[in-house]
Amino acid sequence: MSLLDIQDLHVSVDGKPILDGISLRIEPGEVHAIMGPNGSGKSTLSHVLSGREGYEVTAGQVSYLGRNLLDLEIEERAHAGVFLAMQYPVELPGVNNTQFMRTALNAHRTANGEPPLDAVAFMKRLREQMGTLQLDDKLLKRDVNSGFSGGEKKRNEILQMAILQPRLAILDETDSGLDIDALRVVADGVNALRSPERSMLVITHYQRLLEYIRPDHVHVLAKGRIIRSGGPELALELEEKGYAWLLEDAA
Amino acid sequence: MTSRPDVIDQAIAREYTQGFVTDIESDTLPPGLDESVIRTISARKQEPDWMLQERLKAYRHWREMPLPDWAHLDCPPIDFEAISYYSAPKSQGDGPRSLDEVDPELLRTYEKLGIPLDEQKALAGVAVDAVFDSVSVATTFRKELAEAGVIFCAISEALREYPELIRKHMGSVVGYADNFYAALNAAVFSDGTFVYVPEGVRCPMELSTYFRINESRTGQFERTLIVAEAGSHVSYLEGCTAPMRDENQLHAAVVELIAMEDARIKYSTVQNWYPGDAQGRGGIYNFVTKRGECRGDRSHISWTQVETGSAITWKYPSCILRGDDSIGEFHSVAVTRGRQQADTGTKMIHLGRNTRSTVVSKGISAGEGQNSYRGLIRMGKRAEDARNHTQCDSLLIGDRSGAHTFPYMEVLNPSAKVEHEATTSRIGEDQLYYCRSRGLSEEEAVSMIVNGFCKEVFRELPMEFAVEAQKLLDVTLEGAVG
Repeated sequence: MSLLDIQDLHVSVDGKPILDGISLRIEPGEVHAIMGPNGSGKSTLSHVLSGREGYEVTAGQVSYLGRNLLDLEIEERAHAGVFLAMQYPVELPGVNNTQFMRTALNAHRTANGEPPLDAVAFMKRLREQMGTLQLDDKLLKRDVNSGFSGGEKKRNEILQMAILQPRLAILDETDSGLDIDALRVVADGVNALRSPERSMLVITHYQRLLEYIRPDHVHVLAKGRIIRSGGPELALELEEKGYAWLLEDAA
Repeated sequence: MTSRPDVIDQAIAREYTQGFVTDIESDTLPPGLDESVIRTISARKQEPDWMLQERLKAYRHWREMPLPDWAHLDCPPIDFEAISYYSAPKSQGDGPRSLDEVDPELLRTYEKLGIPLDEQKALAGVAVDAVFDSVSVATTFRKELAEAGVIFCAISEALREYPELIRKHMGSVVGYADNFYAALNAAVFSDGTFVYVPEGVRCPMELSTYFRINESRTGQFERTLIVAEAGSHVSYLEGCTAPMRDENQLHAAVVELIAMEDARIKYSTVQNWYPGDAQGRGGIYNFVTKRGECRGDRSHISWTQVETGSAITWKYPSCILRGDDSIGEFHSVAVTRGRQQADTGTKMIHLGRNTRSTVVSKGISAGEGQNSYRGLIRMGKRAEDARNHTQCDSLLIGDRSGAHTFPYMEVLNPSAKVEHEATTSRIGEDQLYYCRSRGLSEEEAVSMIVNGFCKEVFRELPMEFAVEAQKLLDVTLEGAVG
């Protein structure tokens, strides 16, 4: 059984079609990259998979581990192992970062019939992950994403992912706004989470991130459709030639 | 997918769980107010004649006063002739006796409200005065307090037992001519709590009064007076609930605090009067004058309030900082939802040198709730090096609620410093989405954000009540989540 099977997905926002028939199958352990120019529908795809409201599915279906993903509420998708590392992580003033992650993890555990972790056990797990991401302890005492730098926000997303251990990790433009050092740290964090059970969907505008997170498959999204799929070499070709030649081909 | 406003409406819907009526025979005066009503109240309470004369003076003044209309409130006219000014459970007679003599129906009422009056079951270290409509029905732990020299009793009892203390202090902070509702209260006040902490005594337990309005068409006009002599400490908490009725009921209290040299009074309120139904029918009008005077040098008064109930709240717990180096604090969480309105804040009147005040106000508006912060900071001519810091934050839930801020500042001393910070934020769709995508339910997300917003104020509550306040807020805003 595939981990994720998207068939002929059509999505509109405010009556305007954004995704125009996407099909994509991801097997356990695979890393897929979605590339494409701005406005091609990359972020829409990530939000539809995570369940954000305001996106109307007009046709097609999405199966996740054999279940109809589109029937699940946002938090049910999270409990089932879908995680979206957001392009713009949201600030939660007054909500302590550590407390937030512990509440989130325990919500997952409760939903999956596991006992909640106490503060001591949780802190142990948290410390193990902090090292890999070179995150300052101070971030644990601060409010969620409040006053974090761009790089800190992105690393905090990956920290949450490491804590929640999802089956399907969607990384939406995780590289945007990162300098080369921060990019390497984030990529190391992501690579540490690669496993035969865990699949990833890496959405990016630039090939740069894919030098550090090597995908198994690369897809090019344009005007709401996947216009080309290939191996990692496709990313290099795009880096060299840009998107224009593909768009002309597609037209 | 559900549209956003529906989901938020559900998230803030809730049942008012204290809305039951106690079936008990009452001795209630017929509605209406004239001098004979005041004479009757005074006679029932066996008051000294000077008290009656003070009441009549206040009444004559009140009759000449216009109704205040400056608050940011939409308040229908109140018919003061339609209110009964005195109601007491018949079995009670006048004033509290020992617990064994209290009507079991009343004990059950308080038990149901989570305030056991039985000392065996009571919260450790908390003494309670229970005020039911117009009378105090029981006061717990009196013996333990008396051993420490602390007086904690109903104000009607204090008028008989300690008339000189009452005569000296009552009305010295809030005079009968202070404002419309204070004048009304001075004329008709029925019961309330008196606390006296002698010099150098640290009150050995938390004191609390639990106010309950039960009778219909009845107003509650209680009077609370707390006197802390030099070097003493006391922490006091009041709680309030009322049955669900489709009429509006008036609650017009006066609270006076007096702190002498180096004394400290901490006054906390968890106010959960019946707020009315979703259409705005019924609910309590909570029009209260609360003021503390830091009379002695280095004295310290702090007000903490969590206001979740009442159809309309109109109150400004204030501090007069008369003593040099005295400190005033005001910490407030006010929640309005449905059709509730609140116009609340504080006044910090700096008279002495080097006086300090801190104001932290957190307003939360949901549904069609309207929340106003109104605060006055006055730095008098003598207030050398006085300081104030005000932090005023508003949180909006949904798109039909409102938050308003009315800061007033009067600075007559050039060395004084006044700081005001204000923020307004909204619980955004993006915040709820973010939390849910991490596995939290919508209720958990709202609770987490709201509690984060209020935590500075909850920190100020006595520990036993901080948890209660957090729960009350969860119930207020979440409905389904228990």
